[in-house]
Amino acid sequence: MAELATNTPPSSPEVTPENEKVISPWKEAWKTFRKNKIALFGLGIVVFFILLAIFADSIAPYEMNGQKLADKHLAPSSEHWFGTDDFGRDILTRVIYGARISLWVGFVSVSGSIIIGSLLGIVAGYYGRWIDGIISRIFDILLAFPSILLAIAVVAILGPSLQNALIAIAIINVPTFGRLIRSRVLSVKEEEYITAARAIGMSDMRILFHHVLPNSMAPIIVQGSLAIATAIIEAAALGFLGLGAQAPTPEWGKMLADSKDFLTDAPWTLFFPGLAIMLTVLGFNLIGDGLRDALDPRMKN
Amino acid sequence: MKKTWSIAFVIILTLSLALTGCSSSKKNGASGGNDDGGGGTLIYARGGDSVKLDPATVTDGESFIATAQVTETLVDYDKESTKVVPGLAKSWEMSKDGKTYTFHLEKGVKFHDGTPFNADAVVYNFNRWFKSKDAKTFAYFKSQFSGFEGEKEAVIKEVKAIDDNTVQFTLNRPQAPFLKNLAMSPFAISSPAAIKKYGDKYIEHPVGTGPFVFKEWKRNDTITLEKNKDYWKKGLPKLDKVIIKVIKDNSARLNALVKGEVDLIDGVNPSEVDKVKSNSKLQLFERPPMNIGYLGFNVEKKPFNNKKVRQALSYAINKKEIVKNFYEGTAEPAKNPMPPTIAGYNDSIQDYDLDLDKAKKLLKEAGYPNGFKMDLWAMPVPRPYMPNGQKVAEAIQSDFAKIGVKAKIVTMEWATYLDKLQDGQAPMFMLGWTGDNGDADNFLYALLDKDSIGSNNYSRYKNEEVHKLLLQAQTETDEAKRNDIYKKVQEIIHDDAPWVPLAHSKPQLAGKSTIKGFFPHPTGTQSFADVTIE
Amino acid sequence: MLTYTIRRLVTLIPVLFGMILIVFSLIHAIPGNPAKVILGQQATKEAVAALSKDLGLDKPIHIQFIDYIKQLLHGDLGESIRTKAPISEEIWPYLAATIELSIVAMIIAIVIGVNAGIISAWFQNSWFDYIAMLLALIGVSMPIFWLGLMEQYTFAIHWDLLPTTGRDNIRDPVEAITHLYLLDTLLQGRFDQFIEVIKHLILPGFALGTIPMAIIARITRSSMLEVMRSDYIRTARAKGLGSFWVVYKHSLKNALIPVITVIGLQTGLLLGGAILTETIFGWPGIGSYIYEAIQNRDYPVIQSGILVIASIFVLINLVVDLLYAAIDPRIKYR
Repeated sequence: MAELATNTPPSSPEVTPENEKVISPWKEAWKTFRKNKIALFGLGIVVFFILLAIFADSIAPYEMNGQKLADKHLAPSSEHWFGTDDFGRDILTRVIYGARISLWVGFVSVSGSIIIGSLLGIVAGYYGRWIDGIISRIFDILLAFPSILLAIAVVAILGPSLQNALIAIAIINVPTFGRLIRSRVLSVKEEEYITAARAIGMSDMRILFHHVLPNSMAPIIVQGSLAIATAIIEAAALGFLGLGAQAPTPEWGKMLADSKDFLTDAPWTLFFPGLAIMLTVLGFNLIGDGLRDALDPRMKN
Repeated sequence: MKKTWSIAFVIILTLSLALTGCSSSKKNGASGGNDDGGGGTLIYARGGDSVKLDPATVTDGESFIATAQVTETLVDYDKESTKVVPGLAKSWEMSKDGKTYTFHLEKGVKFHDGTPFNADAVVYNFNRWFKSKDAKTFAYFKSQFSGFEGEKEAVIKEVKAIDDNTVQFTLNRPQAPFLKNLAMSPFAISSPAAIKKYGDKYIEHPVGTGPFVFKEWKRNDTITLEKNKDYWKKGLPKLDKVIIKVIKDNSARLNALVKGEVDLIDGVNPSEVDKVKSNSKLQLFERPPMNIGYLGFNVEKKPFNNKKVRQALSYAINKKEIVKNFYEGTAEPAKNPMPPTIAGYNDSIQDYDLDLDKAKKLLKEAGYPNGFKMDLWAMPVPRPYMPNGQKVAEAIQSDFAKIGVKAKIVTMEWATYLDKLQDGQAPMFMLGWTGDNGDADNFLYALLDKDSIGSNNYSRYKNEEVHKLLLQAQTETDEAKRNDIYKKVQEIIHDDAPWVPLAHSKPQLAGKSTIKGFFPHPTGTQSFADVTIE
Repeated sequence: MLTYTIRRLVTLIPVLFGMILIVFSLIHAIPGNPAKVILGQQATKEAVAALSKDLGLDKPIHIQFIDYIKQLLHGDLGESIRTKAPISEEIWPYLAATIELSIVAMIIAIVIGVNAGIISAWFQNSWFDYIAMLLALIGVSMPIFWLGLMEQYTFAIHWDLLPTTGRDNIRDPVEAITHLYLLDTLLQGRFDQFIEVIKHLILPGFALGTIPMAIIARITRSSMLEVMRSDYIRTARAKGLGSFWVVYKHSLKNALIPVITVIGLQTGLLLGGAILTETIFGWPGIGSYIYEAIQNRDYPVIQSGILVIASIFVLINLVVDLLYAAIDPRIKYR
């Protein structure tokens, strides 16, 4: 599916030249980032949604699941800024609470993919040989599936729920990080200081965690912020297909699915949750772009 | 090399520009097409495709919608009820002991392939099912007549031709709904010659005596039927052609009707009924309810093994609001496990009305003064008896919260859902049932008898008295006595409250206002023979 | 080049085998008996058991797997449990529908994306540039199922301009030859139907094409900026020859590589993941074919369907890699 490929750039090793010193001070990166107005705008959006999520209880004007069947499908007004849904629930309130869910899914699933992906990538890159062969083939295979189909299959096995959707999304993003780390490990492995470290008898673990991993942080962060954007869309897509969050959770994709039939009569039930998805994803994409410019000197103009 | 590439690229560019260009210039004039407006073709759109077109081998309603136009049964249902009327058999007699039925067939009827319809053809069809002993292929035969040739629980003992136009059925034991069963679409008579000719492929080439001749089947798209010019009922059918079209999404289907792309649709969303009502070019058809949507309790699981808990929850549900909001007036609230259209319905039963105090009191008596936490399973797909199970579950969840019962909505795919329910894994669940033959037995025995535990008795409700009465009713051929038994059964079930019956939904169909002679049948299957369209 | 191609093809074999293995184990891990699904809610236990046996579902799982592999080696994709039709026959109309939609989406994406990218770069920092790049940023972040719904609301419900479901006019259906309707209608000289088919393609095509369009626009813009900084163009411009068209022509060629990369990455995803677009627009494509098969537990269809999609995806990527070499001599293969 198209939107799942937004985080594509570092995927094909042949065309990505290995970049040079990345361990450069984080401060400098922040300096560059700060100058990037668009990236700051993205940061602003994300911070806004994070604040909404944290303070949802005090910001939201109504009760999250307050059903009031008499108030069904009220158009946006001063009382209900975003209107009401078919249970008479305030859509603004539900969109605000929805931020919690989407951000949570985004962060947790991507953290999961990073942890598992890094582990596999390090093992593959550092030990090489047949272990590398097997792990890399598994990555190839997983990447050859259209990711949403894979996610659907995983959810079909585990049963539809937000948690299982999260697991499915984490699984489909593992190879992206795995490959990334593997190629970093491969390039770092040959560096002189690693050879030196090995010569003085440093343990594999120590080398990995003290030298290899820190050297891979920058691309992981860039890729990570882009992956959060993808994960949020994927979670919404699964919710939309009825395979993610379950009622009455105000997950944005699920809200869209529940209101699909009212496109003609109550379009606001569909407009706002979708807009929220788009803005959040936009925020993370902008941050990701900004980070890439800041952390990846090769991309600097 | 480079040049070829850039040329190719430019060609693509221009071509696509041209394409987008010409499409935008033609945007207006949307609903075009060759709309003759004559009485010729009816396009009927529905949500899913037929599985097979040999009626004997299928169990799904979408298949019967098509086969009922092509093949016909010995006896038929009346237009709007499940009363049995003559079909291919113009009359019949039942012996005193209820074990022998003799059918007198219509004369001079021919199958679409020109071979004659006669007693031999009927016997051939029944023997095909009866002697096959193949419960997976002829699933409905097995479930309605309890078994195949020589099996001890089987209803039918023998089918034989007395003469060219007379067929006799001999039964092992009387079966009260025997004629109603025979009227079901799966027991329609196919041409023996065609069955032999097509063999395995008969499922794609149905040949019968019906008003329409099968023409073409594009899977997941359309089934095309043409007028049977030699139909034995004079003056019928009125249409020249029927196209049965699949449009999966309910709203999209209605949209196609509004735009005039199709003539008649089923599965109108309750929330969109008003859209049809307010459109003068459209009319609404309401299918008489022969279904039940309910909330079931697994009576083997705590706390639902306690009758008081079940009754308490029955008092807590605001049934009227649910029916009003999620069926939008296209259903009537249910108080019994069977719909009022079926003989034997007990209307004197007083439903559990919304009464939170009583509910709380009962919960307290049962030992749950503060309520409890419980999973509520909700089906993932719309069913005719419950257009939106998820949303009804959400409403019930909020009702239960008022008496301290915290329900968590659980769902899974339909296939898994049924499997796990059958295993008795769900403590509390949404489900429903659409009747097959319009008989009380098909509801009460099929859904709530102890024999049905592990198949369709998902509540695992077991009551010996109910069991005794239901078996007695099965062989009782006196209609009045039989109905009394069913009324008694409903009383016991009402008190035991293994379910909260929610609604008998009236599935909504919509069509052009020029359609005449169309009557949606309670069973979900109806012939288009009388239909006209201008 | 040839050895590279062969080596790539050989490494495909374990990938495909692994895919079959994964798909097979995944779908057999899904709870729910297909026999039960086929026979429906009313079916008796005996019937379900008998059908399971008939479908070979009672055999041990590894035997089922070996049977399936044997079947594939004979070039047989199996037959659908539900419809009994051979999958190799049944799958094409769906695949064709998706291919047609994907191609149209890709054309829309390329035409608009490339041109928007070039113009943006040429008028760098102009209002056009800002708006185009803002739209591109939004496009990349677009949930297509929402975009599809909004399109329907705007163009079909609000203005009533375009059809929202299906591929052709139901009253005047296209006679399928290749099942690529644009081609079929042209072959039959039915231009009225051709237009009708295009109308049906516009909304889903735009929905599906939006993300690649946005990506292409951004990539084209940056590669074009590079071109404009090149000495060749600078000199040309200094001489007064640097008209828009010179750069345009030059950049088109330069845009080819990133565009092909995107095509390679997106087309496979379009093919497989059109599920959402197809759901919303009632498009009878391969995505909905497989999605429905998952719901019906139609094991052979899920297996073979995913296999077909993934194979196409893998092959497209191979072709894309080979194209690089053909276009850009600087790229060498190990």
